[in-house]
Amino acid sequence: MTPTNTQPVRTWSKPRWIKSPLLRYLLFALIILYVVYGIRAFEINPERIALGLSRAGKMFGSFLRPDFLARKNYIIQGILESMAMTVVATLAGVVLSLPLVFGAAKNIVPRPVYLLSRLILVIFRSLHVVVLAILFVIMFGFGPFAGVLTLTVNTMGFLAKLVAEEIENINEETLEAMRSTGASWLQMVVYGVWPQISARFTGLVIYRADQSFRQSTVIGLVGAGGIGAVLETAMGRYDYRTAGAILLVIIIFVLLGEYGSSAIRRRLV
Amino acid sequence: MPITTKNGTVQWTPSQGEVRKKFLQRLLLLVIFLLSARVISQETMWPFVLDAPAQVKDFISRMFPPDFRYTNRVIPALVETMNLSIFGTVGAALVSIPLAIIAAKNTSPSRVLRLVALAIIVTTRSVTSLIWALLIVQIVGPGLFAGVLAIGVRGIGMISKLLYEAIEEINPEPIEAIKATGASAAQVFLYGYVPQLLPTFVGVTVLRWEINIRESTIIGIVGGGGIGFLLNSAVNRLRWDQVIVVLLAILVIVFLAELISAKARQAVT
Repeated sequence: MTPTNTQPVRTWSKPRWIKSPLLRYLLFALIILYVVYGIRAFEINPERIALGLSRAGKMFGSFLRPDFLARKNYIIQGILESMAMTVVATLAGVVLSLPLVFGAAKNIVPRPVYLLSRLILVIFRSLHVVVLAILFVIMFGFGPFAGVLTLTVNTMGFLAKLVAEEIENINEETLEAMRSTGASWLQMVVYGVWPQISARFTGLVIYRADQSFRQSTVIGLVGAGGIGAVLETAMGRYDYRTAGAILLVIIIFVLLGEYGSSAIRRRLV
Repeated sequence: MPITTKNGTVQWTPSQGEVRKKFLQRLLLLVIFLLSARVISQETMWPFVLDAPAQVKDFISRMFPPDFRYTNRVIPALVETMNLSIFGTVGAALVSIPLAIIAAKNTSPSRVLRLVALAIIVTTRSVTSLIWALLIVQIVGPGLFAGVLAIGVRGIGMISKLLYEAIEEINPEPIEAIKATGASAAQVFLYGYVPQLLPTFVGVTVLRWEINIRESTIIGIVGGGGIGFLLNSAVNRLRWDQVIVVLLAILVIVFLAELISAKARQAVT
């Protein structure tokens, strides 16, 4: 007599992410429709691309043989300018951001000051750095001065937002204790708030300097100085070998900046 | 001698060496700052800068009243910008999955391929989307398609970097357990890796989308389509009453994107 297995075989299938099949297929259909619509909206022009591809071959061929020497002086000048812009903008940004940093922290300032600071912050932060650069170039003329202003405003927005959040999360008991001794607002900020955030603040400043350098390579495209301006000139002259060299220089310096800044931050923390 | 007693009160002074070190650090910082400021100053046309207050007053007076009829051009451009950011992000995310798997030390099929993948990640990440747009416009011609490619290429670098770091830090135990049941490679991937990586992947992609919205607003400046094109043309025609409408539109769309992104990232983590 052979044993018969009366137990039904148990199977398992993965639970579906969206339970209702109707909703699931509707979602699929919508996504497909959107993709089709999108691709048509992009007006991909095959002839233009075919034409472009031959140029792309030439372009990338030249990139592989970068020419550092023909425009050596411009490249060096450009990268120095980018670095100088970063340094000035970072220091100026740190100093100018201080009122905003404390003003945008809900727990240490009166409500109207807080709201005003937040409003300024929102405006500073929502404009892309290139848009800011365009506006500053129109106001202050071409050149690195407009770039410095752009990066300064960007630094202020970044530092103020993140450090203010840091202040809002600090240990309230210290502040309470200081208030009860009759400390003034300034004493409270200097001895109660600052020691709790200074390490993080320094870390953010160094991170931000790295970001500023990265941005300083772009804003030159709209006339705000730095290596971006040199790149824009090289591309405009179809001088792809110089452009390739500039791109390499940018990549190397951006990476150096990134590793340098993260090494310093690790040592500080 | 750090602690001294003077007139019966104990006073603490930092040691000589410490004072000297701090002083030298500050001096060095000051020297770097001044040198940088000099570089900037030499390259700046100061008469233009001094002229700025008058210019700014002029712009602001010409911004009002804003030309709200321009919204019938701004709204289609906003839709374009939105499409640009969504397609750019999704495309980048799709390319990033295989790239991250190849680049992660523990899942890479070969060391040579890994180096190639890392090189791609570094290059795409160190060059900003505006510079990518500058290059791509020369290949595919100006328009939305160039914009999508530029946004996408820049996104690949960031998403794959964060994703491959997540893969490298994965908890090996569940994977071991699934392998021990005799699961195929595909099953190990699906049930071992995917559940651990999905929150990171979705979080990073949404964050990138938020950044891409900002980038999409400017990519049009170099011919990548979207609202940046309108901004550029309004600036070039000195139509400040239209510029302000475009800027307001950018503020609104960036603000909305930030809200959506924050909500979505809260949901996945």
